[in-house]
Amino acid sequence: MPPSEPTAPHFRKPLLETPFHARARELSQIDQFVPWAGYNTVDVFTTVEQEYFAIRNASTLYDLTPMVKYRVAGREALEFLNRLVTRDLRKLRVGRVSYVVWCNDRGHIIDDGTVFRLAATEFRLCTAERQLDWLLDSAIGFDVEIAEVTTDIAALAVQGPTSCYILKRFGLEGVERLKVFEIGEFSVRGRPLTVSRTGFTGDLGYELWMRPADAVAIWDELMAAGRTRGLRAIGSQALNMARIEAGFLMPNIDFMNAEHTVRLGRGRSPLELGLGWLVDLDKPHFNGRRALIAERRAGSRRLLVGLDVAGNKPAHNALLYAEEAGRREVGSVTSALWSPTCKRNIALAILEAPHFAVGTTLWADIYLNRELVWERRMAKCRVVEKPFFAPERRRATPPADR
Amino acid sequence: MSATAGTRRYDCIIVGAGHNGLACASYLARAGRSVLVLEANERVGGAAITREFAPGYRVSAGAHLLNQLPRALSAELALGEHGLEFAAQELPTTAIASDGAPPLPLGAAGDAPLSALSPRDAAAYPAFRARLGRFAKVLYPLLDSIPPRLGTSDWGDRLALVKLGWRIRTLGRRDMRELLRVIGMNAYDLLSDEFETPRLKGALGVDAVLGTNFGPRAPGTVLTLLNRLAAESAAGPMPLAQPKGGLGALSDALARVATAAGASIRTGARVASIRVVDDRVAGVTLESGEAIDAARVISSADAKTTFLKLLGPRHLDTGFVRRVDHIRSAGLAAKLHLALDRLPTFPGLDRARLGGRLLIAPSLDYIERAWNHSKYGGYSPAPMLEVTVPTVNDPSLAPTGRHVLSAIVQYVPYETRNGWAADRAPCLEGLLALLDAHAPGLGASVTAAELRTPADLAHEFGMSGGHWHHGELAFDQFYMVRPVPGAAQYATPLAGLYLCGASCHPGGGVMGLAGRNAARAVLRGAA
Amino acid sequence: MGSTTGASGDRNDVVIIGAGHNGLVAACYLARAGLKVQVLERNDYIGGAAVSRKLYGDFTYSNCSYVCSLLRPEIMRALELPRFGLQVIPYEGGCTMMRDGGHLALYDNHDALRREIARHSPRDAEAYHRFSTDVIRQCKFIKPLLMREPPDPTSFKPRDLMELLYLGQRLNSIGEDRMYDTIRFWTMSAADFLDEYFESEIVKAHFAGSSIIGTALGPRSPGTAYVLLHHYMGDIDDTVGAWGFARGGMGAITAALTASLEASGGSVRTGAAVEQILVKNGRTTGVALASGEEINARLVISNMDVKRTFLKSMAAEHLPADFLTAVRRFKIRGSSGKLNIALDGLPRFPAIPEGSPCIRGDLHLTDSLEMMERAYDDWKDGRWSQAPYVDMLIPSQIDPTMAPDGKHYMSVFVQYCPYELADGPWTAAKRKAFGDTVIDAIARQSPDFKSLILHAEIRTPWDIENEVGLTEGNIFQGELTMDQLLFNRPVPGFAQYRTPINGLYMSGSSTHPGGGVMGAPGANAARRVLRDLGRAS
Repeated sequence: MPPSEPTAPHFRKPLLETPFHARARELSQIDQFVPWAGYNTVDVFTTVEQEYFAIRNASTLYDLTPMVKYRVAGREALEFLNRLVTRDLRKLRVGRVSYVVWCNDRGHIIDDGTVFRLAATEFRLCTAERQLDWLLDSAIGFDVEIAEVTTDIAALAVQGPTSCYILKRFGLEGVERLKVFEIGEFSVRGRPLTVSRTGFTGDLGYELWMRPADAVAIWDELMAAGRTRGLRAIGSQALNMARIEAGFLMPNIDFMNAEHTVRLGRGRSPLELGLGWLVDLDKPHFNGRRALIAERRAGSRRLLVGLDVAGNKPAHNALLYAEEAGRREVGSVTSALWSPTCKRNIALAILEAPHFAVGTTLWADIYLNRELVWERRMAKCRVVEKPFFAPERRRATPPADR
Repeated sequence: MSATAGTRRYDCIIVGAGHNGLACASYLARAGRSVLVLEANERVGGAAITREFAPGYRVSAGAHLLNQLPRALSAELALGEHGLEFAAQELPTTAIASDGAPPLPLGAAGDAPLSALSPRDAAAYPAFRARLGRFAKVLYPLLDSIPPRLGTSDWGDRLALVKLGWRIRTLGRRDMRELLRVIGMNAYDLLSDEFETPRLKGALGVDAVLGTNFGPRAPGTVLTLLNRLAAESAAGPMPLAQPKGGLGALSDALARVATAAGASIRTGARVASIRVVDDRVAGVTLESGEAIDAARVISSADAKTTFLKLLGPRHLDTGFVRRVDHIRSAGLAAKLHLALDRLPTFPGLDRARLGGRLLIAPSLDYIERAWNHSKYGGYSPAPMLEVTVPTVNDPSLAPTGRHVLSAIVQYVPYETRNGWAADRAPCLEGLLALLDAHAPGLGASVTAAELRTPADLAHEFGMSGGHWHHGELAFDQFYMVRPVPGAAQYATPLAGLYLCGASCHPGGGVMGLAGRNAARAVLRGAA
Repeated sequence: MGSTTGASGDRNDVVIIGAGHNGLVAACYLARAGLKVQVLERNDYIGGAAVSRKLYGDFTYSNCSYVCSLLRPEIMRALELPRFGLQVIPYEGGCTMMRDGGHLALYDNHDALRREIARHSPRDAEAYHRFSTDVIRQCKFIKPLLMREPPDPTSFKPRDLMELLYLGQRLNSIGEDRMYDTIRFWTMSAADFLDEYFESEIVKAHFAGSSIIGTALGPRSPGTAYVLLHHYMGDIDDTVGAWGFARGGMGAITAALTASLEASGGSVRTGAAVEQILVKNGRTTGVALASGEEINARLVISNMDVKRTFLKSMAAEHLPADFLTAVRRFKIRGSSGKLNIALDGLPRFPAIPEGSPCIRGDLHLTDSLEMMERAYDDWKDGRWSQAPYVDMLIPSQIDPTMAPDGKHYMSVFVQYCPYELADGPWTAAKRKAFGDTVIDAIARQSPDFKSLILHAEIRTPWDIENEVGLTEGNIFQGELTMDQLLFNRPVPGFAQYRTPINGLYMSGSSTHPGGGVMGAPGANAARRVLRDLGRAS
């Protein structure tokens, strides 16, 4: 039984616990947990404000273990992955990470994730959802082995302006030399550790991959190392705020796995999601390529964009209109946030052509609960460039120490 | 065969010189395309070949009768002028028995033997044949056309659907209702509703399940029956024919047509892969390593072989590959070839009927039980047989005075639980015993015997699963979804690659329509 | 002797033959529309095949149908069945026990289910998502068709053409890929369909179960994927949680319907066996009971199956020859049996883990498609399955009204059991042998099972026909095969609840959309009647 497997049978406790679960329980003040990819994980430890500001102004520890991980290895592992995802992975050097999306035949996104090139013929694919079925069917005709290794690897995200300092102090000598999307192999007090300079906050940060048996000790040592740098454990809510500021997309929020949509027209292509920069039409055939070429030729019918919304009320789930009278519906908000760092009311929204050009003015239909009285407000919005927040420090190598 | 090698670039390369490949080549060459046909074997014909299976004894190694070749197609291609001759035409079909019962002729109305068995059946039979005949005529144009796509905004597709609906309406309300009812039925029920004579029902049931992986109780077997009858309706009122020299003679004639039209044919040239440049077909590479360029490649190999082996999944999308991978193509029809030192005697059978098509399928339950074994990895100890003695009409196939028996044996699985190494001998022994029971003394007259399991046929003819139709013929693999959505109009997701074999609409049987429809699709795509 | 419930008067607008659930549903709708409705039931109890019977001690048997899954929510709402006492308790899963001691359970919780399937195949655990998505896509397409009249494709009437257009547009709206999927889904065998998703034999066997229940087909017969879907229909959208036990047994459904009917002024008369549907000049005038009594009505609705209605309850001379032939050729095949067992305690099933809630769901013993297909082979040869497929439930675990404290009622649905045996008619000895086969099969998974049996009611198709009046004991009043669905059900040209006899309608499961305790045929028939009376709603 893997160490993360709880002792209660799955029909009594359907959710798994990560190796950090005991620590999470200790630190959780309000017992606010949410399921994530089959694990019981922390939504909020203390207050979401405290946790959010730690991301931007100090450092944070986030349990990343539930992220679904596959080991992809074999003679044609590269060819397999390159046919799977839209980016050209032939350019991905050993020791580097790539953010990728992959599509179905219609060119609609199935999932996004990261590919780690651990060796010439060995990769790790991190995904939001489990999809062995799709991966194995995609492997027909390739000499490649695919296995889920989620429970074999515990993972922590250390993110925030002081994260590099904390990791150095924890014992990761030379971690400051890691560039964005680079992988480093370390050993700290006899415990092997893989570190990638990746993250979901849009800030300076790292992700640590370790053996489950080492997980608790590493957590404790990191917390000790970070005491003077404001390190705190955070839950998913705070992370979600940061990722909206960074303009990152969340599966099942900003798009759905096209293979799991029931209704026609709910699939989204990378072009529609503004991820055209991830689509490399010049590489050999990949899933959805022909559909994407056709879409590029005909022009996308919709686009996911950033919105700057008037006022300070987040435009959660708002429908968007072309004019204030609210007659012509042109899209809807997928993620919304009052950004504490930018002091702007921001949103991600999917818009129909031709309303998605930067600078376009739209109107968001926002419903406000004001002491149990609902009010409706048409808020003026403007289509803006993403990301909303991208501090220089996220790329600085070496990063600052404080 | 002519071997025009060269480094020139062709408009079209056709993979496989089976009858569909050759028909397609002929139409394309006639339309002015430069065409090269590549055949892996040393001879053209694919599964329509005549082969020596014992010294001096030759047999049609795959299909052994011609019943579905549309007259229009053979006239268009002038097969007669190119050497196709018939040893016999308008062959009769007879259901034979081992229990001493007289043979039961099928076909002509009001046959005395049927009247003797059941006046009711004898009375019902002509009306039944006529009704199915009307259905078949209405359905035939379906076989002879490129299936439409659904849900597109293409008016051609919509028109095709409307025409199909209209054609069915022309049957009149009564027939239309009946067609829409029976088309989803199983043969067992349809025949049991109409008739009471087990052997009549069994014999009629053969046409519903021959070449399929279904027993007569399986819904959809009326569809396969109608598909066959539709094809036969265009082949003539009594469509069963035996080419002189075996089915290979048809292929030879088709090859002459193609060559005369300007196509080149190379035999012994096995295509190893289809080459792709810039996401479109560039040509093929032979097993020898030789590369030949072409703007279009039209594969008469089955869909699985074409997409998964010759092209390779990496040029296709996962969803499409998944569909191809799911094509059901396990064959259940084996071939039995016997060399006989004398003419077999089936009691009560005159020479004319002996030269026809003989069926061993005493009842629908018999067929259904024969199928049962194959579901669990066994061969049928009491199989259904379609038997011919081609030397009755064509003595050239055997040494003087000697004879050949060719039979389609159903149900024999691609692989058995025990493996064919262990099962081959007992299976063959059982077959000989069964035949001997129908033609006493036949067993003793056998000088050589060859049992070709679906695995053998798969190997010989390069068809995955050894399925006659290059994939099961059933509603879920029929017409607009045959072989898979995305390749049902002969064109494939890869620009320049087409299919023209039996895995396409309208399926197997020596019909040539898949080849002709594919040629139309190629020419349409080029226009 | 029979009795009449509710108000009874002299002149009836409508007489409905058979107080099964569909007859009652039709009656309720018509009574609510202000018609005077009289339901006639041959038996001394109401419910047809949806009954709760006390046949042994203080045990309540749902001795025919046994699961409340398909009852359309729009019917429950319109007829206010919860107000009239219907309570449904959802299943807590389901389980197939394996011959090697293993098991596959189904759990409501998504994560528990994934981990359960992953025990057998990690890949299948994730393929399940694709499977359920595809099934839901198809259900969403089909669901609205259930409560509509199928159009006659041969007709040029505006209504039929509009309905065909509606169908075409609906199909078109699901997109090209899904249309092909729909074609394939409706025509594939369950085995082939499941092969496209799963690799684990036990997973396939578990899901294939619902594709054969009530049909004379095996999992490898084309068309069974649709039957699988037919049973899934209870699982989507507004019917979430619809798979469940009716508290008080299946009779609770028909009891609630009866209460609803009476509240609208209709009545049910039991012990009133209809001998003949009276026809005069091509028009029905009412019915004649076995007692000789004649009951007149403007309209008659037969809730009996189509064979019983036209071949046994009226003179052939009233019907066109083509129609009669078609009725004769309509396939209604007995393929299932039923055991109702009173138990002295809860049997142990060592294969099911301690504490697993799946025991409060449907339990099965068939762990491979081959085992299931072989069970069908037996039926084809005219004998009951030697290793039958069973669908077992122990509702008394959560419904105390079904058995005395500490004791249990077990419902065992058995597939396959022929109506006619190859070796001659059913006898008491054969019935017992059939029951023993089933009990032995269960006992192989439950060592103490036999010792707990207090009483077992064994019902063959022959028994069900004789008691309930369903031809051949077929639970769907006709096979759900391609040739007997939509506009072909029950007779091409008569798929719209009307018959060749003016004033005579059909409301049973022989009509579209078929069987299961769904109520849709009854509701559709009522709508047709009202439309014909110019009272379209």
